[in-house]
Amino acid sequence: MSSSRPSNSRDIEIESPDIGVRGWARWFWRQLTSMRTALLLLLLLAIAAVPGSVYPQRSADPNGVKLYFENNPDLAAVLDTFQIFDVYTSIWFSAIYILLFTSLVGCVVPRTKVHYEALRSQPPAAPRNFARMPAHKIVKSKKADIVERAAKVLRKQGYRVVTTRTAVSAERGYLRETGNLIFHFSLIGVLISVGIGGGLSFSGQRVLVEGDTFVNNLAGYDSISPGTFFNESRLTPLSVRLDKFSVIFDIRNKTNIGTPLDFKASVTSQVGATGEATEGVIRVNEPLELPNAKLYLTGNGYAPVITVRDASGEVSFSGPVAFLPQDKNYTSLGVYKLPDAKPKQFGMIAFFYPTAADLENGAKSSIFPDPINPLLTMNVYVGDLGLDGGIPRNVYALDIAEMTQVAGGKAKVKGIELDKGQTATLPDGLGTVTFDSLKRFISLDISYNPGVGWILLFALLSLGGLMITLLVPRRRVWVRDTEDGFELAALARGDDPTLEKILNDLTDEIKKAKIE
Amino acid sequence: MNNVVLSEELSQVSRLFIYAAMAIYTFAFLADALNLSRRASESKDVRSSANVTERAALILLVFATLLHVVGVVLRAISVSRVPWGNMYEYAITGSLVIVVIFLIARFYVKEIKFISILISSFALLTLGAATTVFYVEVSSLMPALQSYWLVIHVSVAVLATAFFNIAAALAVAYLVKTAGWLQKSKTAAAKTLGRLFSGFPADNKIERLAYRFNIIGFILWTFTLIAGAIWAERAWHRYWGWDTKEVWTFIIWTLYAGYLHANATRGWSGRRSAWLSLVGFAAVIFNFAVVNLFFKGLHVYSGLK
Repeated sequence: MSSSRPSNSRDIEIESPDIGVRGWARWFWRQLTSMRTALLLLLLLAIAAVPGSVYPQRSADPNGVKLYFENNPDLAAVLDTFQIFDVYTSIWFSAIYILLFTSLVGCVVPRTKVHYEALRSQPPAAPRNFARMPAHKIVKSKKADIVERAAKVLRKQGYRVVTTRTAVSAERGYLRETGNLIFHFSLIGVLISVGIGGGLSFSGQRVLVEGDTFVNNLAGYDSISPGTFFNESRLTPLSVRLDKFSVIFDIRNKTNIGTPLDFKASVTSQVGATGEATEGVIRVNEPLELPNAKLYLTGNGYAPVITVRDASGEVSFSGPVAFLPQDKNYTSLGVYKLPDAKPKQFGMIAFFYPTAADLENGAKSSIFPDPINPLLTMNVYVGDLGLDGGIPRNVYALDIAEMTQVAGGKAKVKGIELDKGQTATLPDGLGTVTFDSLKRFISLDISYNPGVGWILLFALLSLGGLMITLLVPRRRVWVRDTEDGFELAALARGDDPTLEKILNDLTDEIKKAKIE
Repeated sequence: MNNVVLSEELSQVSRLFIYAAMAIYTFAFLADALNLSRRASESKDVRSSANVTERAALILLVFATLLHVVGVVLRAISVSRVPWGNMYEYAITGSLVIVVIFLIARFYVKEIKFISILISSFALLTLGAATTVFYVEVSSLMPALQSYWLVIHVSVAVLATAFFNIAAALAVAYLVKTAGWLQKSKTAAAKTLGRLFSGFPADNKIERLAYRFNIIGFILWTFTLIAGAIWAERAWHRYWGWDTKEVWTFIIWTLYAGYLHANATRGWSGRRSAWLSLVGFAAVIFNFAVVNLFFKGLHVYSGLK
């Protein structure tokens, strides 16, 4: 951004090749810290970032990666060796930005020294030939004390001024380079804060049904991705109970029916074992801020409450199960696994329709996201649920490969359909199932990143530095007393179309200036 | 947000104004074309008559912009919020801001009038795509978008885009004007273009103007990126997650950072940096059109099914 980087590599190529290791090291360093290298690394970084938007990334879209592996197993394996699914933590992407930042440090540190010295030095003496400067003006005037007048006017305009007997040298806009350095140093600050903050951070997920309480320890999370320096002792003891989740879907505006207008989770939180219970609200754009943890609302759905009784009337399962919404009208899919049911274990794949309606092809569908006509349908499978081996299984999926369907689909018994409050008999002597009531659940994201404040600070500093360096002009102005008047010249760093105007204005002011 | 009132009827009225604006933009574009062809004429009389067409093009452009303003305002009223909640709205608002910034800039920097044809044609194309492909009926904002950051983050992104756009138009003019074959060629076509370009500002002047628009665009884009990160931290529990839109925002930022460095690197200013400016703007357009429609990510706000 400033031409003080050695931009001309021709200077460097003159050095002969037999300059020894130190010479080579110096040559390499000068190449690395040159403006041209910075430019090429920036363009390389832009290109290197592209594949991460084309291929699913493990960090942003782990399911997409899984799907890609299922659909193109051979290609995926090849791409994976090139870290195409982890672009932004890959060796090659990291190499580019580490080189870029090394180049940046190598450039701005010496420039800081140069700038520090420039700040303490005087503006250069007036050139002999003013006509050579980009802007230049000769004024006829009978005014005396031109040097004093010009010095006074220029000082008032914020120039640093030195005078000789016949001439004034003035310079302003040192801030331009200051801003440039602030910008670049702040970027280093951002990078360091991102790194340290990321290491100390954690982010976890938890599905919470109305009435349930989240307790902030490792067991309280459904999944957690901690940073490198994270350990469990960093989790502040606190608990959050979901009292109620309210949703408003638009039912008035014709083109907008079923669109969510508001999601609101009413919670009661408690910090520490003895802390006061505090009511609060979590919305999509309003996380709940607790000590060392922010709770975000990232999803929601229905959790029908059912009770399963075996043939003797004994309860083998009772409670809510979170169903995953499949469309915007909340047609939802849920899975029940009953390993302790008698006489044998069984599972159910269930669909929940908040406002059920029959499609033309006979299938069911939900036509509105609120529970106006709630319906629960279930297909029943008997056989090994795969839970006895102690291997963790996905609670949202039922592996039916080794199981036999006894209700729904091609089975002799029709699938079970339950309105709220209804009970149905299960096939195969499995007992009964009751759809007791309906609850909602929310997906919470619990995150903590101590780096964000620092990142924001450095980001704003870099923005400020950027504005200063791009908008503050740096220029030198000279005024010289001549026999029949005075002469002015101006020089700017970079192009400055206003130089002529500046000299004209300056001429007027010098003429008007009052000298005691 | 619980009692949002939407009016599709009003939105259709808004659409009529947008169509009317498109019609006038078409005339403005034709006047711009006529202006350029007159300026390229062999006859001195024809060349001097170009001032009339230039003025007509300006008046038509202002008129089209006024209709465009009404169209955007009516759409905003019809959805009771800022008119940039989906791709259609973003396109009609974004193209309006481009034309308005151009008209304001044209007032202060008279030289940029020679790219008027690129602005009128760009507005026309954007509105054409918006009304035919992107149109969606009035809808409310999903909860994730219900934030004042929508106003800050997106409005500044639109402004940045406008400045990048004008700079890109200047870069196009610069690249055509300084094309090597044109300088060497002795054909009649080259002579015609030579007459046309002799009325344009000097090469270094165009380059400087483009640079000034780009630096303002870059500052605004940096702000967009930071504001987006602050919002993402509130809405999505992380300030940065390499979502596809975030990736492209980063790519655009990096490309323009490269452009700024190119301007201070010997051998890279001039045509190379003009190309970089165009590549940067191509990424901006890609980020809007392709990433919104075809890439998977969190910024799925096109509203299209």
